[in-house]
Amino acid sequence: MLATAIIMFREVLEAALIIAIVLGASRGIVGHGRWVAAGVGMGLLGASIVAILAAEISSTFSGNGQAILDAGILLSAVAMLTWHNVWMSAHGRQLAARLSAVGADVQTGRRPLAALLVITLVAVMREGSEAVLFLWAIAAGGGQNVNMVLGGVGGVAAGVLVGFLLYRGLLRIPARHFFSITSWLILLLAAGLAAQAAGFLNQAGLLPALGNTVWNTSHILSQTSLTGQFLHILVGYVARPSGIQLVFYVGTLLTILLLMRSREWRRMTRVRAEEGTPGISD
Amino acid sequence: MLFRFMLAVALPGAFALSGFALAADPLPVLVIHGQQFEPRELALLAGTKLKLVVRNRDALPAEFESYDLSREVLVPANSEVTIYVGPLEPGRYQFFNDFNRAMQGTVVAKRN
Repeated sequence: MLATAIIMFREVLEAALIIAIVLGASRGIVGHGRWVAAGVGMGLLGASIVAILAAEISSTFSGNGQAILDAGILLSAVAMLTWHNVWMSAHGRQLAARLSAVGADVQTGRRPLAALLVITLVAVMREGSEAVLFLWAIAAGGGQNVNMVLGGVGGVAAGVLVGFLLYRGLLRIPARHFFSITSWLILLLAAGLAAQAAGFLNQAGLLPALGNTVWNTSHILSQTSLTGQFLHILVGYVARPSGIQLVFYVGTLLTILLLMRSREWRRMTRVRAEEGTPGISD
Repeated sequence: MLFRFMLAVALPGAFALSGFALAADPLPVLVIHGQQFEPRELALLAGTKLKLVVRNRDALPAEFESYDLSREVLVPANSEVTIYVGPLEPGRYQFFNDFNRAMQGTVVAKRN
């Protein structure tokens, strides 16, 4: 029962933490809760479909279908997180102003709500399909069913609770620091997911490893430990990273940073130009 | 001219031979049976990229996972998957079944 609870907890934890960060980062965008909830619903549906088709998916692309699907899912999440963060770098200041000055009407323009839906869907689908398969296996296995189902439910509840606690913790951050902290969190999260995708593409033989163990810190911080697990999900910690994982991690980090900065520069030059116009006529 | 002719004959011949050698050299297989890995310790060649077959003979799905090899692959019940591993440095690499962590094993990478 405890083993079941731990496995289900770990499966749910990753999706729960991603949802908590995304939900926190999109704070102030009207309707964000509804889009995230829709993403969870569609993700659960997708997870069930993936679980049912698991055997077929595995046998496609000469046995690499699953790794390719996983990589695709992760990379689409990275793309959506990038869009979200770049959008927030242009509008975060307005949202922060609205958070601190209640009632201020802020024009937010095109909102990254579709991105929220896709990020949630993808997180729930990937982790959920494993959870569904696992629970299915228990149900098929017979024996101490009731105990194991209880353990599974307990594990899911614990995972959701940790996600909720992180969300509440994020909300306690003062408004003026809020969006810069959540955008850093998303930046690291996206880089970690990209590195994971690189691992899957290497597993399928589509990318070279570029060195299997660039370093090994499993004796200092094992990835099996709870802390290692948390850091793996949140910032993409890998105890024995391969070269290609590092390339994807750093590449994603720099790309998102560059896109965010260029958005900010464009906004600042626009603001300066608008302020400058009356100065010329004076 | 003669050289080109020899090349034209020799190259496909060499490919056919290497193809034959590949076919004769079976892929390393890791079997999941009775909630155990067989073998518990799998010897692989270090320094080369190779294919590994994970075959699940149980009625329960398994997830072959290894932090050391950074591999994570679902193996549905009564089926098999193929993954690429390496090129590995000589050494020991732990793996486990993520759906049943009591099931553990080790890949031992050795030089020829």
